[in-house]
Amino acid sequence: MTVTAAVATVLIVAIAFLSPVLAPHTPFDPATLNLIDGLKPPAMLSSDGDWTFPLGTDDQGRDVLSSIMYGTRLSLAVGFASVVVAMVLGIGLGLVSGYFGGTIDAVIMRIADVQLTFPAILVALLIDGIVRSTISVQRHDEIALFVIVGAIGLSFWVQYARTVRGSVMVEKNKEYVQAARVIGLSPLLIMVRHVLPNVTGPVLVIATINLGLAIITEATLSFLGVGLPPTEPSLGTLIRLGNEVLQSGDWWITVFPGATLAALVLAVNLLGDWLRDALNPKLR
Amino acid sequence: MLAFILRRLLQSIAVLLTVGLVAFSLFRYVGDPINAMVGQDTSMEDREALREKLGLNDPAPIQFFHFIVNAAQGKFGLSYRTSEPVGRLIAERIPATLELSFCAAVFALFVGVPMGVYTGLYPRHWSSRLFQAVSLIGISLPTFLIGILLILVFAVWLRLLPSFGRGDTVMIGWWSTGFLTWSGLKALILPSITLGMFQLTLLMRLVRSEMLEVMRADYIKFARARGLTNRAINFGHALKNTLVPVITVTGLQLGALIAFAIVTETVFAWPGVGQLFIQSVQFSDVPVMAAYLLLIGLLFVLINLAVDLLYFVVDPRLRSQGGSARVAGH
Repeated sequence: MTVTAAVATVLIVAIAFLSPVLAPHTPFDPATLNLIDGLKPPAMLSSDGDWTFPLGTDDQGRDVLSSIMYGTRLSLAVGFASVVVAMVLGIGLGLVSGYFGGTIDAVIMRIADVQLTFPAILVALLIDGIVRSTISVQRHDEIALFVIVGAIGLSFWVQYARTVRGSVMVEKNKEYVQAARVIGLSPLLIMVRHVLPNVTGPVLVIATINLGLAIITEATLSFLGVGLPPTEPSLGTLIRLGNEVLQSGDWWITVFPGATLAALVLAVNLLGDWLRDALNPKLR
Repeated sequence: MLAFILRRLLQSIAVLLTVGLVAFSLFRYVGDPINAMVGQDTSMEDREALREKLGLNDPAPIQFFHFIVNAAQGKFGLSYRTSEPVGRLIAERIPATLELSFCAAVFALFVGVPMGVYTGLYPRHWSSRLFQAVSLIGISLPTFLIGILLILVFAVWLRLLPSFGRGDTVMIGWWSTGFLTWSGLKALILPSITLGMFQLTLLMRLVRSEMLEVMRADYIKFARARGLTNRAINFGHALKNTLVPVITVTGLQLGALIAFAIVTETVFAWPGVGQLFIQSVQFSDVPVMAAYLLLIGLLFVLINLAVDLLYFVVDPRLRSQGGSARVAGH
């Protein structure tokens, strides 16, 4: 199971990142599109199909397979980037909170408590909504990628902060930290050079588990129409565009990106499970 | 126990006030409320007069106080998008969301818990393994994708069930219900399954692992030695002891259901508050966003409070300890 998941993940990631080379078409270059090719069913399932479009085309004549390859690349990139944002933010706040304690700790942890009251998707939606109301629509489309990475990152930091804080509170009373303090190192240096390496294990586990969640969150936001714009479609955007023509029976535009998304998340989750067991000393 | 309840109440109020502060900052500082209310050609003096009249020149703490007082009475001002009172917009749409969430919760509980019990009792049976595999897929599939697939199969291909809207509704006072008409009930099926699917897999996995643990306990062996029937052991002894975590998760997930209704409502064009919220995000309709935030905050706090109180009913051990064990474990 794990081997299959690992192979599948590597394969999906490789295909996604090589999409400019591998994809049979460049789906989002308007010059290469031809409306006559629109709504062709998948070639492998229907005699009406055209083998230049193995998985069919959408209503604009874009090749579904190529769109999926480019879309997967975007979904993965957003997923990774937002996990990194959440991790950096969470680790930073967790370190400060655990190391200094007192008022800073209380403030950070109460913010975390309140944020934890709401599901991450709601927080991400809210952040996106706030950004939308402060800048113009056009400007928003240009920076949509950063907005969404920021929104997802900000909605997932709490878990990291809590975990790191807990570990730091244990670590900071150990002798090596006291020794570092005695020789006069600055708190920043102690936190980053000495405490941080000792608390990263659990953080990495959360990160792998959250990667699948981040990819789903991005897809959901894009599906709701508040994520990436149709000019830069991720898997979620593709599913939304396909959903608009679903009622007429053109299922392949939705189902193939959907299946890709499900396979990607499943593979990432299986890998995350495996990594959690591998890194958990209690199970070894 | 009274002290415990009081402390939880105070905490809930603190959380609500914080959420209120966020909602207030949204309302007050994101975009200029005056710009949203007046036309382009309103003079500076008129704007200033309106500003004074609305109390926007008051110190921030006083404005916040007014905001909270108004919010408690359901007054959130006018929607920037439709110019209707936000309170009324939400009141019109909340029955749809609550009915949907209720059906999804019932579906998740009445399918998820028996599946969990079964897979926990017979972990090696092939059907248990099948349930496990399906649940893994259920967790990996995003909600909206489940909805789309259900629409494709049951509405587009088989033409059995409607794919959008609530069907016919009946008004009972101000509450519009879909429970009393045939088309209303049919319209509820697909959205409820979509919304409840994630909670179902979660509950199934939880009950399964709890059952596996409980079945190894000594008191189960003794119950068996006493010659009790399997039925009495499985449900009277084992399942009862898995209930505390099940209640926690069900309670917390009830809030998540209402929040995730946003996605399901969009897929099925369900006229609830989630759809209203998405529209308000797309149009940056700040008053609606602020009101929705407060509403969800209130719901979550109430649910958490109810869950905490339910522990005392379910678990007699907590009553004797005054609830301190539970608080430490939170």
